[in-house]
Amino acid sequence: MPSQLVQNTMRTKRLPHIWCPGCGHGILMRDVCQAIENLGLEREKVSIVSGIGCSSRAAGYMDYNTLHTTHGRPIAFATGIKMAQPDMHVIVITGDGDATAIGGNHLIHAARRNIDLTVVVFNNSIYGMTGGQYSPTTPTGEKGTTAPYGNIDGDFDIPKLAEAAGATYTARGDCYHVPQMIKLIENGIKNKGFSIIEGVSICPTYYGRKNKKGSAVQMMHWQEQNCIDIKKAEKMTPEELEGKVLIGEMSRTVRPEYTELYDEIIRKAGGAK
Amino acid sequence: MANEQKRFQLLQGNEACVEGAIAAGMRFYAGYPITPSTEIAERSAVRLPQVGGKFMQMEDEIAGIAAALGASVAGMKAMTATSGPGFSLKQENIGYATIAEIPIVIVDVMRSGPSTGLPTSPSQGDVMQAKWGTHGDHPVIAICPCSVQDTYNQTVRAFNLAERFRTPVILLMDEIVGHMREGCELIPTDELEIHNRNTQMISSMPYAFGEGQYVPHMTSFGKGNLYNITGLFHDAAGFPTNDNKIAGEEGSRLMEKIKVYKYSGILEFEEEEMEDAEIGIVCYGGTTRAVQGAIEMAREEGYKVGMFRPVTLWPFPEHELIERAKQLKRLIVVEHNYGQVLLTVEGIIKGDTKVEFIGKVNGTTISPKEIFRKIVEEEE
Amino acid sequence: MAKEQLRFTGSGGQGVILGTIIIAEAAFLDGKKVVQSQSYGPEARGGMCKAETIIDEKNINYTKVEIPSLLLSLTQISFNKYSKKIGPDTVIIVDEEIDVPLRFRAKHEVLSLPILCSAKEVIKNPMAANIIAVGAVNEALQIASVKSLEEAVLNHIPKGTEELNIKAMRLGAELVKQSREEDKKGEEKKAHA
Repeated sequence: MPSQLVQNTMRTKRLPHIWCPGCGHGILMRDVCQAIENLGLEREKVSIVSGIGCSSRAAGYMDYNTLHTTHGRPIAFATGIKMAQPDMHVIVITGDGDATAIGGNHLIHAARRNIDLTVVVFNNSIYGMTGGQYSPTTPTGEKGTTAPYGNIDGDFDIPKLAEAAGATYTARGDCYHVPQMIKLIENGIKNKGFSIIEGVSICPTYYGRKNKKGSAVQMMHWQEQNCIDIKKAEKMTPEELEGKVLIGEMSRTVRPEYTELYDEIIRKAGGAK
Repeated sequence: MANEQKRFQLLQGNEACVEGAIAAGMRFYAGYPITPSTEIAERSAVRLPQVGGKFMQMEDEIAGIAAALGASVAGMKAMTATSGPGFSLKQENIGYATIAEIPIVIVDVMRSGPSTGLPTSPSQGDVMQAKWGTHGDHPVIAICPCSVQDTYNQTVRAFNLAERFRTPVILLMDEIVGHMREGCELIPTDELEIHNRNTQMISSMPYAFGEGQYVPHMTSFGKGNLYNITGLFHDAAGFPTNDNKIAGEEGSRLMEKIKVYKYSGILEFEEEEMEDAEIGIVCYGGTTRAVQGAIEMAREEGYKVGMFRPVTLWPFPEHELIERAKQLKRLIVVEHNYGQVLLTVEGIIKGDTKVEFIGKVNGTTISPKEIFRKIVEEEE
Repeated sequence: MAKEQLRFTGSGGQGVILGTIIIAEAAFLDGKKVVQSQSYGPEARGGMCKAETIIDEKNINYTKVEIPSLLLSLTQISFNKYSKKIGPDTVIIVDEEIDVPLRFRAKHEVLSLPILCSAKEVIKNPMAANIIAVGAVNEALQIASVKSLEEAVLNHIPKGTEELNIKAMRLGAELVKQSREEDKKGEEKKAHA
């Protein structure tokens, strides 16, 4: 029997999902649904927009207005939905490649506009759907099928990237620390402006196997021990933080929101009803 | 009312496009600046907020069409406009709009050459890209206006077709029509025939369609019907499927949809002086005007010349041209490219009618004299 | 009225394109058929610039000027280029600083007018040169009613410059009248001599 949450928020007929055994994406999808439930949002007023890749399949399982778009473009599609219906909660579910490689331009410009979207990046540090190529968040030195000798690219810090571009809420969570991830998504949805929450996922099939990270369970244990809350990290030495992943709310600022600013344009132009 | 528009105005083709779009109900525009289509963005930026609509300058061409599609899904009539290089960039999402059946109008004000080419010069080089630009088999509606007034009227029609048939419609303009100014009557909305998408769900299946119908109805996001839209082949419920039977039927329906309704408002063509013509000239968009000039010259000299203009370029008025060609000795295709519609005409015209060609891609327009010379050269 | 084909040339920034738009709009307001077009791109932002208006009682098919009934040039370089593409009846209006070879004067009506200097010295605004030119062209060919031309000018100029632009438009017409008057006197003198 599916849980009450799954029954209430997912298209149970579409389950089980297509993700590999041990994939972290199912946990992150559930976190998004839980956050929406916790906030008591009407499902009619929630749109889930996804791109292409493993992450993008989440949209089809979630029982909201769901739009599964083209590779890299969900933020641009979501922008159109938000402009047409500013009272809609528009949540983008995207991946590391979708959001920061092919869709990187849309990410930084949506952040710059501070349009009220909540972007949840399911970051598995690999292109999973195409079979394990390295991505912009594959740590330098690690391997993918297209980085057989080790990846020489630098890797993005997604919250920092978005913050620098103008996002007013940035955060990072993971698959192991579920209550925290749910809270971060809730806060992102509540923020009136562009919010991004990176969800560090696990990909035992490709990233894990290529880089000898062990089983899905071992990868979860790794997150348990190495994903450190940013507040706790403040009391740790640089040596202690070596190789750790910081989680928690990374930044929060206040800036006028785009659709509200546009309403002002309509008033100026004389088009307000 | 400060924002009320005068009924008769001297407008550029690009400006008339915006006025036609607004009259048809456009309330969202997203795009990226590119010559020679930029005036469409500029006028949209001024005019949309005046009617309570929204304009967005996006970060790139792809975002332009993507945001417009998002707005359409959420219930706003939406448009994006571009020129050659930007049209190339938009292709993937034109395919998305086709398979997901999202109404949208894409304007391409064609310019010269591949790549950056000749940015502000007359050309009709994107005719085949409009038809085949996005990957995979797909149907397409492309419309070519030939004057400023025609641009106004055809933009209205483009929105109507997009809404009626849940499909992207390409308004294929060129620099000649986009940049020239002519008098234009801004026919107000209440005097126009306006079509809106049918929002009554046929069943709980969002992609179900009625008996003998080819177009599923479409409710907007936010109206209570929670459903899924995807660019994958999908079943009537809107969910991805690898079922060969369903995928095959879905692809066929998309192809059939435009074919079946071809004579229900999609097809439009115009003939001038064809009744007794022995020589026919096929033209569209900006070249039409030079052809009209040439026909006037030729008729004065006693040559029986007429014009056949596909207003809807895709799907092409094949049967109509085949029928007309039966009376013709010669058929001359005039276009600003190296022979794109020519390919189609050569493919359909069999028998004794000789198919000839005038093309030009050097940044200047084909003049009536050039066409006249071609008419005369074989007659003497 | 016969079909008129006007070609305005000059350098970018002189308002040559706007000049053709204003005259097209004036004729349009009078109920005429008009087509206006221009050269675009870098030249319209500082280099050589060309714009055209065609006016007719009936529908206009070809949208470009074939043989101009009037050539306006505000720079020497544009005159040198476009004077090669005129017909036997083309009226030429140039700024007085432009050197027009005698062979043109023999065949064409050439109105050499102080357009640029009047804008600076009489109107006290160099930006008004194109409006002076518009007034001159309209007077020379009698294209649109003065009322419509005034309306068209007012539709296209910045707020606060109405007075000076209307003055410029009238000055343009006056310059043509004066020039024709002088030419007439000159010819009479010749006839006497």
